[in-house]
Amino acid sequence: MAAFTVVKKEDLEAQQKEESVQSLRCITSELGPLTQPDGSAVFTQGDTTALAAVYGPADVKISKELIDRATVEVIYKPKVGLPRPVDRKLERIIKNTLEAAIMALNHPRSLISIVIQETESLGANLACCVNAACMALLDAAVSMNFMVAAVSAAVTDKGEIILDPVSRVEDEARAVLTFVFDSVDKNIVTVITSGQFSQDEYKKCLYLTKQACDNVFSFYKDSLSKKLLKSA
Amino acid sequence: MANHIGTVVLPGDVLKDIKPPDGSKKLLLGPGLVEDGDVIKVCKPGILRYRDPGVYWLDCHQKRYVACKGDQVLGIVTQKNVDMFRVDIGCSELASLSYLSFEGATKRNRPDVKVGDVIYAKVLVANKDMEPELVCIDSYGRSSGMGVIRGGGFLIHTSLNLARKLLNPQCVLMKALGNRFKFEIAVGMNGRIWLNTQNDVQTIAIANAIFAAEYMDNDQITSMCKKLSRVMSGME
Repeated sequence: MAAFTVVKKEDLEAQQKEESVQSLRCITSELGPLTQPDGSAVFTQGDTTALAAVYGPADVKISKELIDRATVEVIYKPKVGLPRPVDRKLERIIKNTLEAAIMALNHPRSLISIVIQETESLGANLACCVNAACMALLDAAVSMNFMVAAVSAAVTDKGEIILDPVSRVEDEARAVLTFVFDSVDKNIVTVITSGQFSQDEYKKCLYLTKQACDNVFSFYKDSLSKKLLKSA
Repeated sequence: MANHIGTVVLPGDVLKDIKPPDGSKKLLLGPGLVEDGDVIKVCKPGILRYRDPGVYWLDCHQKRYVACKGDQVLGIVTQKNVDMFRVDIGCSELASLSYLSFEGATKRNRPDVKVGDVIYAKVLVANKDMEPELVCIDSYGRSSGMGVIRGGGFLIHTSLNLARKLLNPQCVLMKALGNRFKFEIAVGMNGRIWLNTQNDVQTIAIANAIFAAEYMDNDQITSMCKKLSRVMSGME
């Protein structure tokens, strides 16, 4: 494995053109399926589905209160049973990602609570949860610096890169990488990886996911336009 | 500039071509827009609106109220302290309302307010670092319609959009309903609406009409009210 080869950007792009064009699985969503929270969204990528609800800016417990910013809280509810340490990790990742996106300084001493219910986890669950949470925040009209979009990629044993993998591919893959991008400069907000991969595999994944995140952002825009123009 | 107005903008969008109108240096930014150095950034999803001279804001759909100075809101009294009431107006913390900010109130003559009462009040102080403060008098010391709402009634919660729509003078819903039914209504900018009618059936009908009007235009609202009054006259 070429662990530290430097790949020229032009070479990489040429290589990408040769490979078959990959795209994300079909994305669908529903804004505001729940009536009680301030904002909610169902986000589906292929067969993976997550339901997110946002409460906030709301009242915060004194123990969690931050004097200069809003407390961001993410609660992940698995399909069955109580949250396990794996789910806690997921909560932490999503929380750190969204804290960067939310303008927490605008609402000091308040709580922005995001509850994510796993509905169907069939590949790229983390990406789906991040996207669902972002849509729910948009539905609740919480002040944000930028939007976020997450895209997963899997590296198979043969070194192939598969975008937005289904769970079977994810299980067999040598490595799974999830990238979260912001909507302004398409910079990386979060990277979560598992497994082994070389540097150029990482770069390839980054290149492919960065291109695919535009689809997610344009999807956000379409669904919000639909909602907002309806009420106008 | 003109190409953005009326379109949907999302958080993170940069509006480069928003500039003060000719001949003045002033630019007024409403909710959803923030100044970031030389450029204007969007921080909420919404439709960009413009009004002369140089006023820009976003029309966003929101359920959670964030207190804003000068808004008239409906709140529920939840606590009584030595010198003030604590009122729930739907934002992140309880608002305070002094005993003395009622018409004719003095230190000896306290207003008759109980926990659980509905209050129509104006937001006097709204600051992100301070708790909101309400008053039930205008600057002349008159109540001008504000104060405790008595005589029963029904309180409903709606989105902030709908409350703003009802308060818009161009909206025909109030007129159309008022032509056909007898009712009292108070709409707060915090998305709370208090209703009082002659009987429960009418209360439910009007509440449903208000909820249904959220995604309707004026023609649809008029025809809905016509239909509603026809159905209602058959029921009584």
